Amino acid sequence: IMCASAKYNTRGPALIPRMKTKHRIYYITLFSIVLLGLIATGMFQFWPHSIESSSDWTVEKRSVHDVPVVKLPADSPIPERGDLTCRMHTCFDVYRCGFNPKNKIKVYIYSLKKYVDEYGTSVSNTISREYNELLTAISDSEFYTDDVNRACLFVPSIDVLNQNALRIKETAQALAQLSRWDRGTNHLLFNMLPGGPPDYNTALDVPRDRALLAGGGFSTWTYRQGYDVSIPVYSPLSGEVDLPERGPGPRRYFILSSQMALHPEYRLELEALQAENGESVLILGRCTNLSDGVPAVRKRCYKNQVFDYPQVLQESTFCVVLRGARLGQAVLSDVLQAGCVPVIIADSYILPFSEVLDWKRASVVIPEEKMPEMYSILQSIPQRQIEEMQRQARWFWEAYFRSMKAIALATLQIINDRIYPYAAISYEEWNDPPAVKWSSVSNPLFLPLIPPQSQGFTAVVLTYDRVESLFRVITEVSKVPSLSKLLVVWNNQNKNPPEDSLWPKIRVPLKVVRTAENKLSNRFFPYDEIETEAVLAIDDDIIMLTSDELQFGYEVWREFPDRLVGYPGRLHLWDHEMNKWKYESEWTNEVSMVLTGAAFYHKYFNYLYTYKMPGDIKNWVDAHMNCEDIAMNFLVANVTGKSVIKVTPRKKFKCPECTAIDGLSLDQTHMVERSECINKFASVFGTMPLKVVEHRADPVLYKDDFPEKLKSFPNIGSL
Amino acid sequence: MQTRKKYIFLTFFASWLLLFLFGGDQLRRFAFFSGRKAEARRNWPRWTDRFLLKSFADAEELQRDGDPSLLSPRERRAAWLSVYRSSRCRMETCFDFSRCEKHGFKVFTYPQERGQPVSETYGKILSSIERSRYHTANPEEACLFILSIDTLDRDHLSGQYVRNVDEKIRGFPLWNGGRNHLIFNLYSGTWPDYAGDLGFDIGQAILAKASFDTESFRPGFDISIPLFSKDHPQRGGDRGWLYQDSVPPRKKYLLVFKGKRYLTGIGSGTRNALHHIHNGKDIISLTTCKHGKDWEKHKDTRCDKDNIDYERSDYQELLHNSTFCIVPRGRRLGSFRFLEALQAACIPVLLSDGWELPFAEAIDWGKAAVVGSERLLLQIPSAVRCIHPERVLAFQQQTQLLWDAYFSSVDKIVHTTLEIIKDRLSPHRSRSRFVWNALPGGLLVLPDFSTHLGDFPFYYLQRGYSPSKKFTAFIRAVSQAGSLSQPMLRLIQAVSASQYCAQIVVLWSCEKPPPPSGKWPQTTVPLTVIQGRRQLSDRFLPFEAIQTDAVLSLDEDTSLSTSEVDFAFSVWRSFPERIVGFPTQSHFWDPEQGRWGFTSRWTNELSIVLTAAAFYHRYYHSLFTEYLPAGLRELVDGLAACEDILMNVLVAAVTKLPPIKVTQRKQHKEAAAQQAECRDGAAGTPPPGQRSPPAPHSAPAKLKGTAGSRRFSQRQGCLNQLADWFGYMPLVSSQLRLDPVLFKDQVSVLRKKYPSLEK
Repeated sequence: IMCASAKYNTRGPALIPRMKTKHRIYYITLFSIVLLGLIATGMFQFWPHSIESSSDWTVEKRSVHDVPVVKLPADSPIPERGDLTCRMHTCFDVYRCGFNPKNKIKVYIYSLKKYVDEYGTSVSNTISREYNELLTAISDSEFYTDDVNRACLFVPSIDVLNQNALRIKETAQALAQLSRWDRGTNHLLFNMLPGGPPDYNTALDVPRDRALLAGGGFSTWTYRQGYDVSIPVYSPLSGEVDLPERGPGPRRYFILSSQMALHPEYRLELEALQAENGESVLILGRCTNLSDGVPAVRKRCYKNQVFDYPQVLQESTFCVVLRGARLGQAVLSDVLQAGCVPVIIADSYILPFSEVLDWKRASVVIPEEKMPEMYSILQSIPQRQIEEMQRQARWFWEAYFRSMKAIALATLQIINDRIYPYAAISYEEWNDPPAVKWSSVSNPLFLPLIPPQSQGFTAVVLTYDRVESLFRVITEVSKVPSLSKLLVVWNNQNKNPPEDSLWPKIRVPLKVVRTAENKLSNRFFPYDEIETEAVLAIDDDIIMLTSDELQFGYEVWREFPDRLVGYPGRLHLWDHEMNKWKYESEWTNEVSMVLTGAAFYHKYFNYLYTYKMPGDIKNWVDAHMNCEDIAMNFLVANVTGKSVIKVTPRKKFKCPECTAIDGLSLDQTHMVERSECINKFASVFGTMPLKVVEHRADPVLYKDDFPEKLKSFPNIGSL
Repeated sequence: MQTRKKYIFLTFFASWLLLFLFGGDQLRRFAFFSGRKAEARRNWPRWTDRFLLKSFADAEELQRDGDPSLLSPRERRAAWLSVYRSSRCRMETCFDFSRCEKHGFKVFTYPQERGQPVSETYGKILSSIERSRYHTANPEEACLFILSIDTLDRDHLSGQYVRNVDEKIRGFPLWNGGRNHLIFNLYSGTWPDYAGDLGFDIGQAILAKASFDTESFRPGFDISIPLFSKDHPQRGGDRGWLYQDSVPPRKKYLLVFKGKRYLTGIGSGTRNALHHIHNGKDIISLTTCKHGKDWEKHKDTRCDKDNIDYERSDYQELLHNSTFCIVPRGRRLGSFRFLEALQAACIPVLLSDGWELPFAEAIDWGKAAVVGSERLLLQIPSAVRCIHPERVLAFQQQTQLLWDAYFSSVDKIVHTTLEIIKDRLSPHRSRSRFVWNALPGGLLVLPDFSTHLGDFPFYYLQRGYSPSKKFTAFIRAVSQAGSLSQPMLRLIQAVSASQYCAQIVVLWSCEKPPPPSGKWPQTTVPLTVIQGRRQLSDRFLPFEAIQTDAVLSLDEDTSLSTSEVDFAFSVWRSFPERIVGFPTQSHFWDPEQGRWGFTSRWTNELSIVLTAAAFYHRYYHSLFTEYLPAGLRELVDGLAACEDILMNVLVAAVTKLPPIKVTQRKQHKEAAAQQAECRDGAAGTPPPGQRSPPAPHSAPAKLKGTAGSRRFSQRQGCLNQLADWFGYMPLVSSQLRLDPVLFKDQVSVLRKKYPSLEK
C-alpha cells in the first residue's frame, strides 16, 4: 500500500484553476472573455492563411507541409560537441523523473516544425517516414506525456536519422533553440546513419552537448556505456517483404554474403574462402544486366545466376555482415528476419541493444583479422546450437528490429531500466524467445541449499470437527523430533474449538487458527504463524504414520526443499480411448503426484497457491471441495519442473473411522472426479507439468540385512 | 441582474451558433481553452500525407553504404594501432592476439626478485595464478604476463607503496610497452581527490582494478575487480550466510548502514546524508564522525549523539539481520562492505555513482543488487519497500550464487579475471551472459567443451532441454591375462542387454595389448576398445568415443544386472547433474585426529558413490581433466584409489549436493575377480582395481595390517589432501537411497517393473 501512494512524487500535477468563487462579477468577466475569444476565433475563420502557421494546435487532418516554419538566424547558438565523458549520473537530470509507482519514465515530444536558414533554405527534410513512425509509436506508448513540465525525457521532432540528409550546423542550431534544450539535458536523439565522407564518424556529427544518442553504428570509442543506446539500422525492406519464419535446420548454403558494396579486400578474402570450400559458400553481388523496372536492391547475382533478395538469405545457415563505410548495416536486420545466423565482422562495433541483448546467443562475432578462419570457426559450432541461434536471430528481429515502433520502445525501455533499476526487465525477458519462455522453468528456489535440521518443520492440521481423531494426530505428530510448531486450522465456523485445557499437552507450541469460511484452500494459506521453511500438511485423520516415517520425510525434504515430499503416490495416465488424462491410484511402478494428506513442502508454495495459482483453479477447488492436493502438485511441478519425491513404501492412508460404506461405488465416483480435476488443471496450465518417475526414497539401510537398532529410521511402517 | 444574465446567455448562444456555422473545424480547438484534460489527448499527429513521406534513406543508399573505395580495412586497422593507445586501448588495438594462438591461453608471472617483497595480498594473487591451469613458467609460450612488482596499493602515503615502478618496468625486457600485461590494483590515488592514477605509466597493459570509475575504464579491455581485504582466503572461502529461503524474509531490519560519516572531502556528499533515512525501526543508518586524526575539527552538532548510537550496535549483527544493506561510496568508489553484504545475503543497495561494478562484463548485477543513485538517496526506502517478496528471494539467492562462484576466495577473483580475458580471445568460444549468471557459475563451465548449453548437465530445466535417452557404458579393464575375465564378459552381456545402452567403451589399462576383436563377445551395441596410458586418472579423460550425455562408469569386476542398470539410468535422468550409483561410502570429521575420515562401512549416510558402478554426465570427464590443475591429477595418480574420491569431491563442489545411491541387489564385486590384476603397474603406481568392496562388515578395523589397510589410509590421506586443495570439504551427505516404487512391497512380482532387484 505504501508503494502505491507515491511518496516522492516530486512533480505534482499542474495547477488546475479553482472555481469556487461566488461572485457574479467573476462570471461576467469570464463570459466576456469567452465571448471575446469566440468572436476572435470566428474572425480568424475569415483570415484563411494565417491560422495554420500561427498556431500549433493539433488537427487530425493536417499535412506535414503545413507545419510552422522557424527561421534560424545565422548567429543563433550552436550546442557544444557531444561530451564523451557523459554518464547518467553526470549529464542526466534524474530529478525530472522522480519516483513513481509505475516506474515509468515520461517522454515528451516537441511539436513538428520546419527549420529554414536565413535565406529560407530548409535545414533538412522535415521528417522522414521512419522518424514519423517512431514518434507515433512513442506518442501511443505508455511513456508518452504531453505535459512538458512532467516530462523526464524529451524527444525533438527534428529528424536526424540520416546524417547525410541534413545540414549539420543548422540542425544543431535548431536543437539549441528548443524550449527545454538546457544544454541537451535529458534529450534523446535517434540516429541510424552517422558520419559522412570521407572519415565516417561512428556517432552523429551534429553538436548535441549532453543529449543522449540512440545511434546505429557506434564503435567502442564513441559509445558512452550506460548513457547512449546502440540501436539497429532499420531496414525498410522489413515492411515490404514478408518472409515467413523458416524452421531451423540445415540449409542449402553454409555461408552467404549478400552485401552489394564490399571493400575489395574483404571480397578477396571471401573469394578465397569460396575457392577453398566450394559450393557451400556463396558470394552474391550487384546485378549488372537487369532489365529496366526491376529494382536493383531486390536482386543479387552470382555469375549469371539471379537471386531474389532478401529471400535468398533463407537459403543459408550463416550470413556474413561485414562493416562498410559505417559499422552499422541495414543488412543485419534482413539477415535476422530470414532466420540466418549473422556472422558479424566489424571490429569495435557496438551491437544493437547490446546493453540488454545477449548477442552470443544469436550471432557469431569474428574479428576482422580472423576472417580467413571463418569457415573452420563456423564448422565448430554444434548443429543444435546453430538451430537455436537461427530461432534466436528471428526472435530478435521480431521483438526489436521489425519496425520503428519496436526500435523506439526497446530504446525507451532500456533508458527506463536505468532510471528504475529495481524494476528493470530481466535478462530472460529480454532474451528468451517465446518458445524457450514456454518450455523452460525458472525455479524460485534455485539455490542448492540443504536447510539446517535445527530449523524443524511446522505441522499444519486442517480440521473440521473430528476432535478425537485430531487429538490423536497431534499426539502422534508431536513425537517427531524435528517438529517445531503445530498449527491447527479450525475450518468450522459453527462450532468453537475445544477449550485450551482439553488439548493434548505437547512439547512444542500449539496454535489454533480459526478461518472465516470453510474452504479447502485454507490448508495452503501462508499463515504468519508458520515460521519454518518446511510445512507438513497433515489431515486430522492421519494417525498411521510412524514418528520415524515423518522424521525421515523431513530429512528427505531437507535434501529436496523445492519439491513436494509425500507418502502415498499417485499417477496420471493418458487414456488413449477417451483421449484425456486419467487419475490412477492403483499400485503402479511410477508416481507423478503425492497426496497432501501428509506431505512436506516449502512455505513459499503456500504463497504461490494462495496468490499465484493460475486461472480459476483456486476457486474451482474451493467450490468442488476436492482436488486441492492435485492442484498443489500441478503448481509445484509447473514452477520447478521437477518431480515429487515419494518416501517410504506407504501406498494409502487407511483411516480407522472410515469403514467401507459402499466403498466400491464411492471409489468409482471419486476416481472420475479426480480425473476431471487433472484434465481441468492441465487445460488451465496449458500443459501437463507433472513429471513421472520410477523411484521413491527410502532410508539408506532400508530392508538391508543389518541390525535394526543401528539404523537411523528402523520403524518405517508398512504399506 | 436577471436581464443581464439573459443578455449574456443570448450573446453567448448567438456567437456559438455563428461559430458553428462558419468553423466546425475550429470547434475542436475551442476545447483547449477549457483546461488541461482535453489537452491530454493531444498526441503526435496522424499526418494526412504520412504515407507519402520519404524514407530516411533510400534502399540503394542503405545497401551500398558509402564508398567502398575508402581506406582499406587493413590500413584502417593499422592506423587504429597508433591512434587508439593508452587511455583509449581496446583489445584489437593494444593486445597481441598472435601470442595466444600457438600455445593457447598461458599466463606467465615474472619471477620474484630478491629484496623486493610483495604484500600478503599480492602474494595470494600470484599464487592463485601459479595454481591455475593456465600458468606457464616459460615466457615464450605466454599470452598474458603478470608483474612481480606489487602494484596493489598505489596510495603514495601508504607503507606498501612501491617506488620507482616506471624505472623498474622499463628494465624488463618482456614489458614491451605493457602489451599483453595484466596489472592488479586495489587502491589508487590519495587524499584529497583519490583520483585513479597509479603513479606509473601502465602503457598498453590491461588494468584489473578495484573501485574503477566508468570514465577511466576502458570497456572490453580493463576489468573491474572487487575490493577485498588482506584476510580474504586464498582458496575455498567461507560459504554465504543464507541457509534458508524464508518468505517473506524473516529479518529484523529492512535496510541498514553502519559506517563513517565524512564531514568533508570527496564522498562526503553521500556519506553525510545517510543519517536522514534512519527511522529507528526497520531502517537503521548509524554513522560516526570518528575517523582520521583531526575529525574533531570538522565536528558538527550531530556527531556526539551519533557516535554514541554508533557504538551501541554491532555491524555484524546488522549485517545478519537485514534484508538490504546500503553500500555507499567511501573515499573511493568501492568498499569492503560490498563483498561483506554479498556474503551475508544482505542485498546490496549501491550508492556509488560512476562505479564500474566488479566483473560487470560478465555479471548481471541487476539480479543481485539494487543499483541506486546517490542523488536519489531519499527515495531508497520507498524503492526497496516496493520490491516484491519473490524478487527479494531471488535477489538473496543470487547474492549467494555470485559470492560462491566468483568472490569467496582470492583464487576465484583471480580466476574470474583470467577467464574474462580468455573469453575475449575467441568470442565464438566464450560463455554467454546466461552462463555467467546461472548456477554453477561461469568458472565451472568450459566453453572449450561445448558452446551449446544442452551439452552441459546444469541447464536442462532452465532452458527446456532433456538429457539424452541413452548411455555409454565405460568399462575400465585391468585384467592381466591376454583373455577377457569372466566377470567382465558377464558385465558386457548384462549392460548391452539394457534397452538404453547406446555403446560400450572399454578402456584397456594393462601392459598387454587387448585381445583381438574376434575374442570380444558379440553385442547388439557397438563396442570400442581404447588403449589407456595406465594412469589412474585416465578413466576420466574426455574420450571422443563417448557420444551420449550419460556415462555408466564400470570396473571390469563389477557385477550388475540389466534391470539394476535400467533403474539407475531412469533415476539419473531425474538427476543428471549428480553422480548416481550403487556402492557408497561416507566421510566424517574426526575431531580427535583433527582431520577428515571416511568409512566404507554400512552407514546411515553416504557422501561418495564409487565410480566402479555409477552414472554421471560426460561433461564431468572434461571438467576433471581440463578444470582441475595438472598437479592435482598427479597427486591422484600417485595415490591408490583416490581418483574416484576426487571425482566425487569435484561434482559435489560443482553441485553443492550429495550423490544419489540407488538400490543394489547384492555386493558388487566378487572376491574371485580380485585375483586377476595387473601387478606390473608402472613404477610408483599402485595396482589399480584392488579396491576393497564395501562388503558387509568390512570395517576398517578388520583390515588392519593387511594391504587393504594401506589403501585405506591412502584413501583417507587423499581425502584430506583434496579438502586442503579445495580449501574446504565439498562433500555433502545424504540419508536416503532411491528404490523402485514397489521395492520389496508385498505385491505380486508380476506387477513390479524391477522384480530382480529384490533378490
